[in-house]
Amino acid sequence: MKKLPAFIAIIITGILLIYGAEDFPKWSDPNQPASLHVSPRYIEKTVEETAVPNMVTSILADYRGYDTMFETTVIFTAGIVVMMLLRRPKKW
Amino acid sequence: MVKNVEDVVIQMLCRMLIPLMQVYSLYVFAHGHGSPGGGFQGGCIMAAAFIVMVIAYDLNEAKRRFREKALLIFCCLGVFIYAGTGWAVLLLGSNFLDYSFLSKVLPADPVKARYYGMAMIELGVQITVMAIMLSIFLDLVTKGEHEKALEE
Repeated sequence: MKKLPAFIAIIITGILLIYGAEDFPKWSDPNQPASLHVSPRYIEKTVEETAVPNMVTSILADYRGYDTMFETTVIFTAGIVVMMLLRRPKKW
Repeated sequence: MVKNVEDVVIQMLCRMLIPLMQVYSLYVFAHGHGSPGGGFQGGCIMAAAFIVMVIAYDLNEAKRRFREKALLIFCCLGVFIYAGTGWAVLLLGSNFLDYSFLSKVLPADPVKARYYGMAMIELGVQITVMAIMLSIFLDLVTKGEHEKALEE
């Protein structure tokens, strides 16, 4: 019976999430907000601005360079934390 | 716990598999500029090669080839390379991570300098991901006590 409140909370959260997902734009809808402003800019200007043949690379490493840098930092932090929590060295 | 299981078939297979995985990891890294791939994927494949070594041989064999101190240094080195590229561009007088200004120090035109700059940051990502993946695996699989793992 301890788990009953958690179960009810999960049910309510799930219903809310499904209710919220109803308002999302449909898959591959060309008129969804994300496709109207940012994507055409990248598709048109990638080669002349970044001189990269691959659009994914241009976004990953150039337009979103900060993002990728802190992704790397997140992985670094996660690894260091696992090391700090688990490792019991006798000698390194 | 990781036990020392000597199986000739697995060991011979891994002896052929591991160099292939490492070369393929470098291929994925080097072609990340123009095709699917890059530092994250390449680093994971490189770490998987070491994990295969742990599975086929034992923990000490992998740790003998890649010491734990070196692992920690590599973790930090990757992030340092990434941020260092950004700071190098900043010191050359442009925005953070604007690679075309690297042409002032590299013997290349701005377009090629962008290529080298991106390859540099992918290298940083690759090194960090490889070292972190391997270190997390080693810590989780032995509950943090590498020395005791083979005794039980």
